[in-house]
Amino acid sequence: MSGFKYAAPAQFYPLAGKMALWFAVLAAVLTVIGLVIGLYIAPIDVTQKDSYRIIFIHVPAAWMSMFLYVVMAFWSAMALGMNTRLSAMMAQSIAPTGALMTAIALWTGALWGKPTWGTYWAWDARMTSELILLFLYLGIIALRNAIDDPRRADKACGVLALVGVVNVPIIYMSVRWWNTLHQGASIKLGKTSIDDIMLAGMLVMVFAFWFYSMAATLVRLRAIMLEREAGAAWVARLEEVKEVRKEQ
Amino acid sequence: MSDGQEITQGAEAAAVSPGGIKARHKRFLWIVFGLAFFAAIVALVLNAFGSSITYFYSPTEVVQDKVPHGRAFRVGGMVEGGSVVRDSNGLTVYFRVTDTAETVAVVYTGILPDLFAEEKGVVAQGKLDEYGVFQATQVLAKHDENYVAPEVQAALDEAHKNRAAQTLAQ
Repeated sequence: MSGFKYAAPAQFYPLAGKMALWFAVLAAVLTVIGLVIGLYIAPIDVTQKDSYRIIFIHVPAAWMSMFLYVVMAFWSAMALGMNTRLSAMMAQSIAPTGALMTAIALWTGALWGKPTWGTYWAWDARMTSELILLFLYLGIIALRNAIDDPRRADKACGVLALVGVVNVPIIYMSVRWWNTLHQGASIKLGKTSIDDIMLAGMLVMVFAFWFYSMAATLVRLRAIMLEREAGAAWVARLEEVKEVRKEQ
Repeated sequence: MSDGQEITQGAEAAAVSPGGIKARHKRFLWIVFGLAFFAAIVALVLNAFGSSITYFYSPTEVVQDKVPHGRAFRVGGMVEGGSVVRDSNGLTVYFRVTDTAETVAVVYTGILPDLFAEEKGVVAQGKLDEYGVFQATQVLAKHDENYVAPEVQAALDEAHKNRAAQTLAQ
């Protein structure tokens, strides 16, 4: 059972704290490196000039918005199938960061769209499905808050998260399945159509966003654990909780 | 929340239903079936929507009359090289949109996006008039997926010129 040791909140709580700190440091370092490459070292694009530099924020945010949803759906499936508390809390803690990433992707895309396409927004398949993703995240957060019993909320949110996961492949494939205003993928297996140094800066930023997402999620997870397990013995044994409770 | 509940949970997970399948495995089966079923529904719905999800039609579809009648639609493709003509009033532009197979003539009065150029992607919204000319009310530039540094583009142009010169010499 050693592999499942950290499936218990009491074991995972201190580990999550340590991990969050390291991921936050890594995210900060990678952001600095990525922005230096992206804003100083990478050359301009021939057609878009400087406005293409939005990709150093837009692409990592858009990728994370989809990736985090899949991770959230995975933990939701685990929570529904295994009936484990920590999996459900994991899914719960991912939703706000996922919503943030989706909002950043939509917002930066709009700011780039105006000078490039001539419009902030178009109802094409890529943009519409990404907007649906934002509504899914917000819907899951709202549903959670609408149900008082956390275990029932876990089930309802888990089902909604799983139903919504079909949207992720639609977002990803939209530019191939339909004519869209949004351009196709620049990074494909075997062949990329993006300059090497631009690609390097973008990938560093992807990892920066990834580590940020993990750090933010783990910090939120720790708060959710304390809130939902406030009556548990392991919480009462925590030094920081003892101190606070003594003061009260 | 207490350790006692942990034990009941473990007992529940290990419980074997009359069919011989663990309750936990049964739940996972339901999740997989449910997801597969829902994905199939969505796939059928998207398939039924078909081309109406498409943001624009190609010039070939316009020529083949596969576009909606009596209402505005969008046509997309490349601005044909050498086809852009500006009216003396400075605001009206004439150009042809091509998908290399067919072309559609477009008239537009208004401000063009910065990235509008010959042999670049474009999406125009409007209606076909009785002469088969597309009267656009909005023109958007469609960017492609290529991100190229100026030096690389210069090298590519140079290589292209050399190859052209070689073909001429032969």
